[in-house]
Amino acid sequence: MGRKILFVTTDQQRYDTLGCNGGLLARTPVVDGLAAGGIRFERAHPQSVVCMPSRSTMLTGQHPSTHGVWMNGVPLPVDAPSVADVLHGAGYRTALIGKAHFQPYLDPFLRFEENAISSDGEPAGGTHRGFEHLVTATHGPVGPLHYARWLAAEHPESIGGFYQVLDGSLQVNDAGGGETGAPQVAINPIDRGWYHTDWVADRTIAWLDSLPADDDWFCWMSFPDPHHPWDPPQSEVGRIDWRDVPLPAGYPGRPAERRRIIDGKPRHWRLWYDGELVSNYEAPARWVPASLTGDQLREVLARDAVECELIDEALGRVLAAVEQRGWGDDVDVIFTTDHGELGGDFGLLFKGPYHVDALMRLPLVWRPARSASAAPAVVSRPVGLVDLAPTFCAIAGVEPPGWMQGRPLPVTDGDADTRGFERVLTAWDSELFGVDVHLRTMMRDHWVCSVYRPGTSHDGTEGELYDLDDDPLQRVNLWADPERRALRDDLVADLEDHQPPVRSPRLLLEAPV
Amino acid sequence: MRSNRASVRRQLRIGRPAGEVWDLVGDPARLAEWFPGIVACDVDGTTRTITTGSGVPMPEQLLTIDPLQRRFQYRITAPLFTEHLGTIDVIDLDDGTSLVVYGTDADPATLALVIGGATGQALERLRTLLEGDQIATGPAPGPAAGRR
Repeated sequence: MGRKILFVTTDQQRYDTLGCNGGLLARTPVVDGLAAGGIRFERAHPQSVVCMPSRSTMLTGQHPSTHGVWMNGVPLPVDAPSVADVLHGAGYRTALIGKAHFQPYLDPFLRFEENAISSDGEPAGGTHRGFEHLVTATHGPVGPLHYARWLAAEHPESIGGFYQVLDGSLQVNDAGGGETGAPQVAINPIDRGWYHTDWVADRTIAWLDSLPADDDWFCWMSFPDPHHPWDPPQSEVGRIDWRDVPLPAGYPGRPAERRRIIDGKPRHWRLWYDGELVSNYEAPARWVPASLTGDQLREVLARDAVECELIDEALGRVLAAVEQRGWGDDVDVIFTTDHGELGGDFGLLFKGPYHVDALMRLPLVWRPARSASAAPAVVSRPVGLVDLAPTFCAIAGVEPPGWMQGRPLPVTDGDADTRGFERVLTAWDSELFGVDVHLRTMMRDHWVCSVYRPGTSHDGTEGELYDLDDDPLQRVNLWADPERRALRDDLVADLEDHQPPVRSPRLLLEAPV
Repeated sequence: MRSNRASVRRQLRIGRPAGEVWDLVGDPARLAEWFPGIVACDVDGTTRTITTGSGVPMPEQLLTIDPLQRRFQYRITAPLFTEHLGTIDVIDLDDGTSLVVYGTDADPATLALVIGGATGQALERLRTLLEGDQIATGPAPGPAAGRR
């Protein structure tokens, strides 16, 4: 009997929403406890700051350029490499419960396997991407996914309480709600037990209960929250009064200050802030960030924190079930998310081609199985989600396949230094409705360096350079600073030298998301 | 410009003569043979109603079926669309092969990508059918056929 793996992901969760990372709003004792007994990573970055590319990286252990899912709406081929396939081949029982999103959701033709399987039930007599059990959910009762079908069958009266994610034009909805009119906020009267967070945990527990005691297993428990919409069960919203929420350090209070900071960055920042250019589908197309008020931000952050608390409590229930099965000493738990959330930084919400800590610095906690006797540690060196798949292989005692581009996560800074964890890469590509944006970013030492390829708003000379030691909020773009020119050239050369192989032919964009 | 209209184009070269490609593309009743995710296709005069794999019926108006230009145009008239125009051109490349261009113009823009994104897969299926000399007799296979 080997080590079992509980891989827990959330969606669009900021680093600073966990108590163990200094967060003060949400109470997250379960993850904090895992961090105290395990390894907490201070510089874990995604390889893309949107869902489909990032999730594909977690599954394949490859950078977006290589697995080919270069933006949301580009489906990951069904025969793409999968760590679940590797583990299943090594004798592991495998499940993915919750949000998958390796293929687009907007699929009226039901031509994508993920949606078809969800519509039918689950993979019959085999596996899908290496998962023998696949139960899907997303941010509400939408699509053909298992959660939506369950809710429609069991509690149809609760469907109308969710925020309508898309508007009548199938654009991401900008309608405001709650008490402040904040975008993507709604008062959702749903019973807590019927909300997708607890639903995902319940299905995880049920699957684990179905396994023989001595089976090894890899379970990806994938919570759709705290991704917008911010419509947690209203019964829980009172945990945090939005009026008591302090405005975050990353939110410049005065509009003139926000504009001044943004104007130091490449021009698509300001164009989006003013509502003049929408470069991606992940934020409401008609919402103008400059209209965000402090109170709206407070209400969003309060609801976001409630969703983080519900996830923490749901994880606690799953861990209790694991203990009850007698597996407590043999389970590795890895907790992370696919990307961050702007969360008011620079006066912005949601996500997009903005490679700053709000979107790139992720919560990552690995609590190795107690039987492994690993010492608790904090790792400050840069790691990526691309390192997760090889880590799962290492836990399972399987040699990571050659197609994986990451390496097993370091367990200490010394281990990271020995194995050369010096830099982490992130890429953005989007081409939607005549607007394209392309950037490549590297975090190395205490620098974040982004280069822009030519696109709708850029001629290819633009860039961003931030000193995280002196400017942790990334307010001062040093790209054009003559005194940093040599450093910038060195970082850019290093970034370009380490670009991963590019899949050819390029996969096509097949849906908005 | 904050238009909510978008245009998506997909194209593919098929190693068969244009006339042969047109025989299939130009027959509105045979769409389900090559467009994945369409489970039914009923034609009544200039009206065609397709049913998608998710069970959504989509009424269409047939606008142009021109065998000389080998151009097929149709409009989805479902209420979700403010505007839609689908255009399929089969272009003779004079070497026994043809270029098939499938354009989707729609308002709202999102739907242009939802429909237009699927047309790429449809063209791939068309090429497989025609280059493989297969006789199409039923709906194009959706994901269910190949996933187990």
